[in-house]
Parts: sequence; structure tokens; C-alpha cells
Amino acid sequence: MDRLLPLIVAVPLLGAAVLVGAGRRMPRLAAETVACACAAASTALACAALARATTVVSWAGGWRPRHGVSGGIVLVGDRIGLGLAALASVLVLAVLAYSWRYFEEPPRGHSGAFPALVLLFQAGMCGFALTGDLFDAFVFFELMGVCGYALTGYHVEESRPVQGALAFGFVNSLGSYATLMGIALLYARTGELGMAAIGRQLDAAPERDALVAAAFVLVMTGLLVKAAAVPFHFWLPDAHAVAPTPVCLVLSGVMVETGVYGVARVHTTVFGGPGGIPAAGTRRVLVVLGVVSAVTGAVMCWQQRHIKRLLAFSTVGHTGLFLVGVGLLTDEGLSGTCLYVLGHAGAKAALFACTGILLARLGSVDEHELHGRGRDIRGIGLLFALGGLALAGLPPFGTGLGKAVVEEGSAWLPALFGLVSALTGGAALRVAARVFLGTGERGREEEPETAGGEEEPETAGGEEEPETGRRIRLAPPPMVSVAVALLAGALAVGTVPALAEATYAASSAFLDHAGYAATVLGGRAGGGQPGHAAAAHGGAWWTWTGAALGLLSAALAVVLAAAAVVGLVPSRGWSAPLRRLHSGHIGDYVAWTTAGIGLLSLLTLW
Amino acid sequence: MSVLPYLVAGWIFLVGVYGLATSRHLVHAVGCLAVAQSSTYVLLLAVGYRRGATAPVFSDIPPGTTVVDPVVQALALTDVVVGATVTALLLALVVQTRKRHGTVDPDELSGLKG
Repeated sequence: MDRLLPLIVAVPLLGAAVLVGAGRRMPRLAAETVACACAAASTALACAALARATTVVSWAGGWRPRHGVSGGIVLVGDRIGLGLAALASVLVLAVLAYSWRYFEEPPRGHSGAFPALVLLFQAGMCGFALTGDLFDAFVFFELMGVCGYALTGYHVEESRPVQGALAFGFVNSLGSYATLMGIALLYARTGELGMAAIGRQLDAAPERDALVAAAFVLVMTGLLVKAAAVPFHFWLPDAHAVAPTPVCLVLSGVMVETGVYGVARVHTTVFGGPGGIPAAGTRRVLVVLGVVSAVTGAVMCWQQRHIKRLLAFSTVGHTGLFLVGVGLLTDEGLSGTCLYVLGHAGAKAALFACTGILLARLGSVDEHELHGRGRDIRGIGLLFALGGLALAGLPPFGTGLGKAVVEEGSAWLPALFGLVSALTGGAALRVAARVFLGTGERGREEEPETAGGEEEPETAGGEEEPETGRRIRLAPPPMVSVAVALLAGALAVGTVPALAEATYAASSAFLDHAGYAATVLGGRAGGGQPGHAAAAHGGAWWTWTGAALGLLSAALAVVLAAAAVVGLVPSRGWSAPLRRLHSGHIGDYVAWTTAGIGLLSLLTLW
Repeated sequence: MSVLPYLVAGWIFLVGVYGLATSRHLVHAVGCLAVAQSSTYVLLLAVGYRRGATAPVFSDIPPGTTVVDPVVQALALTDVVVGATVTALLLALVVQTRKRHGTVDPDELSGLKG
């Protein structure tokens, strides 16, 4: 298996190379079959590696460490990293299946372009999830980023996608350069680039100083930009609202979560020991940023009428919750977050898949414009509503289980998680009720003027082009079955006890700073066997309180949606200052990112 | 080793960020991003510098001679490749922005807000 680990990254890369090289002469069917085969092979490899109990460590070229000193580059397949790689591969497979007949026929000779970009994107995500080397993490991070920009702006002949892709590109690249500066500082201090080796060197001389703190802030900046933590999040709604819908599945479902994974991985392996950043500091950073992101995302999500933008803001809110869950730095917090991420990926991707069907059929993603026009596709409406309920944390969806497990960490958490779940789920249910049932008012057509005579800042979704080239009458079976399969996946996460147990064991192993170094550098078998750890703790499973809180937030979401549909919710004026901050201006976003670096430093050094 | 190169690297990064935040032209903004990135080249090379050392090529110098750190040079080279990719892609998007929006001033791009 050690030898097969690099193939998880290499197979999609090779597939992309074949598609770029031979794509000009390939018919579309062949190109998409090659892409699906590569993505499936990578998924199978990741799942096969997951089935083994121990961590898989693979040194490139056989340059193994001698006496704990490493000169090589390492891939580390622990269960959480492999799990993330498997999730990314599964979603990429879903994207390829979904876009099988979704996209307009590409121009002659370009049939390989889209599948090749998606495969490169997959390679970047899998590589980032599996690498044990900080500089490689930066390279994979950039590979993922560049493919993300290109995929976001894939419809270059339209005006909004290029603007969204530009915002995405500027903010993310700036963040990743900050990360690289942090990596250079760590190399200057320790002379190492491997995460485990850097951690060990820092621990050897545990003197906390400004350099380590600066490196922490800089490295975290890039990862938090990817994780869309407020105030680094501005690029996300712009990019996700305009990216082609199949791409949104993977952007919202797994790419943003990859940033959270990076934060957790770098914290535990590099800064988790006595020579790093004290746990209290990291906890403060992640919990404060997480709470602010969760509330901002949920409030902004509720205010949107552009359905894809609404779902994008709900991703900001949920990623905030993930940051809080990881920031607790406990086994329960992390394992709950893993389950939450898995459930969220299924639910959010299914919601995007349904939105894509709306766009393809009705040529709009605007909640007001689509009012009642989805009446004849009630089946899609049912899927959309189920996705909304899953977002709201309804048991037994995986989102509900993850939420319940994390909430046990502290007394104030249920309030935050309940509020964010209810607002984001409620917004999705409101859309479902208006579009598919046609309930309530049609919604205003004219833009109301605010008191200052200033135009309300908002993005309507009316002038989107159907990505199928022409409008479709019936949703093609692949698109519907992808949405159903994704929702079924979200349901399975909350109903398979073995998964929760394995996640719990994997989380204890993940948070073990010294254990990771011993596994990677010393060759000790590690990786958390499910069984003893979980049995001692009872694992992470449904409790009565957790299920009740999940039902409560789902009920609250239904009430909110119903109130909004019948017009009982106050007008949107109160949130105008917050909405005005999302100005769509690249300079503003860069300024916010810089302010965020300052905030991060304050929280770290406080 | 003096602290000057590190200050220079920090200064270049801040200059790039300032230019990016106040830019009135997207091509200028892409240039500013490249400036911000070049601070990482300065930082990496400063980290590997050793006084009185020579280039790390051992074909014509005796083993044991002091050389500068070759690892950071490899990192800087990779960094240059990444930077070229990002710059090329962003410039291509700017060209498309000019075609679709008819402007390259970020102040006039108002399709996405709120």
C-alpha cells in the first residue's frame, strides 16, 4: 500500500495530461470516460487505503529518514487525510457524472479541457490532504487554487464569472504567498520542511518567540483564506455564485473544508508541541474567527435572493462552525466536525445539483423571479427541501449527528449551532417553498430605495445563462441521480455507527502531536484502531439531547421559512451595512485580508 | 547576517498589498500581486545566504567548500513557476473582463455585491 499511496495523486494528474495532450482529437464521450475512470481509480485507491487500520507513510524515491533525520519528501495517509482525499474524489466523480450531459457541447477540439481541469483540481486536493511536507502543501494548495480560478471563470464569455474568478484569484493567491512567507520563516528557524520534522525541531528548543508566532500567523492566513473565515471570506460568495454549477458542488462541498483541514493539520503537527503556539492561543483564534464567520455567514445567507449566492453564504456559516469544532481541540470536537463535513458535503452538493437543474430548466437562479415556476418539478423541490432540512441539522442526517457531537463540548455551543443551522436551513426551505410550491407573495420586482436614496446592495440571479446551451424540458437522469445519491450519502453518515466510531479513533490519532512525528519519522505503526478508544468513550453517537436539539433547529428552520413566506419577517433594511461591506471590489477584499492578518496576530499574541 | 533583507522582504510585501488595495487598473493589480510575491523570493534567498559562500555547484569546487543553501533556491524556483502560472491566468481573466465589462477599473465592476 505504501507504494500505491502516491497513485491517489498521480492518477488524476496523468489523466489530466492525457486529456490535455490528446483532447483535441478525442470525442467528448471518450474524454469524459477517461476522466471518470481516473477519478474512480483514485477514489478506489483512497478507499482501499482507508480500509487498512494503520497510517500509510510513503517517502518519495525511498529517501527514508535515518535516526529520525529526514532528507526526503513524504506523503502521509492517515485516516482523516485519506478520508478527505476520498471525499474529494467522490465529489469529483459526482461532478463528472453530473456534467456528463449538462454542459453545452464544447467547441470542436476542446472536449478535454473541462475534465482535465477537474482532474487537476482533484489531484491538488488529494495531494494537499495527503502531503506531510509543508512546502509541498503550498504547491498543492496553489495547484488547487489555480484550477479553482480557471474552473470558476470557465464561462469566459460571460461577464460575472470572470469577475468572480478574479476576486477568487487575487485574494487566494495573496493568502498563499503569506503562507509561503510563514513556511520560509519556519525553514529559517528549523532547517526542515517536513511537518513532523519542523514540529520536532521546534520542540527541541522550546523558546516561544516572535518568529514562531509570526510564522503561525502567516501560515494560517493562507489556510484561513481558503477556509473562508471572516474577514477572509469575501471571495467565496462571489466565486461560488458565478462558477458553473457542477464546479460549485466541489468548491462548496470539499475545497473550502480543505482549508479547515489544513488549519487543523498544521496546528497539530507543527505548532502543537511545547515549542509551538500554546493550545489556548490556537483555541482563541479558531473559536473567535469561527463564531464570527458562522454568524456573518448565516445572516448574509438569509438575506440573499440569488440561490447560488445564498448557498455560498451558508457554506461560510457552516465553515465557521467547522472552525469552532476544530478549535475546541478535543477528540469529540474534531470527530464531530469530520462527520459534519461529510454530511454537509452531501447536503450542500445536492442543493447545488438541484439549483443546476432549476437553472437549466428555467434559465434563472433568482428566488423572486422563479416564484411558483417550479410547480411542475415537485420531485426536485422535495430533494431541495430535504437538503435544506439536512442543513438545518435534522436527525438522522450526518449534519445533525456532527452538530450533536460537537455541541456537547460546551454549554454555549448549542445556541450558536442551532441559530446558524436554523437560519441557513430556513433560507433553503424558504426558497423551496417559494419556487416549488409558489406560496406567499411573488416578491418585489422593483428595487426599493433605502432612506439615503442609495441603491440596496444585492445580487439578483435573473440574468444567468442556462449552462446546458439551451433550456431543457426534463432533468436528465444523471443530474437527478447525482442529487439523490449525494443526499443518500449525507443520510448514511448519520446512520452508520461504524463510520462514527472510526472517525472518533481517527480524531484521537490526528490530535496526537508526538504520535504523528513518531509514525512519520520513527516508522512506528500508528493511526488509531477503531475499537479500544471508541469503546472506552462510547464513541461519538446520537444522544437524546443531541437528537432533540437537531429536531429543534430543524423545526426552527421550518418556522423561519414559513414566517418569511407569509411576510412576517422584518424587512432587510437592518442588514444593509453588513451587505454593503460585500462590495465586489477587489481592493476592499485585499484590505480586509490585510486587516485579517492583523486580527490574527492580535488573537495569537493576546 | 543582518536583519536588512528580512525588512526588505516585509517592505516589498506591504508595498504590493498597498498597490493591490488601491489599484485603479486590473493589469496594475496583477503587477502588484507579482510584487507582493517577489517578497517571498527575497525572503527565501535571504534565509539561505551565507557570507563568503559560493554557488552550490560542486563540479569545479572541492567538497567541503562553504556554499549557500540549495534548498531555498529550489523553493524559489518552484515559487517562480507558481507565480508565472497565477499571473498568466489572472491576466487572461483581465483580458476577458475588458471584453465583457468594457472596463479594467475595479471600481466599475459592480456585478456582484450584497
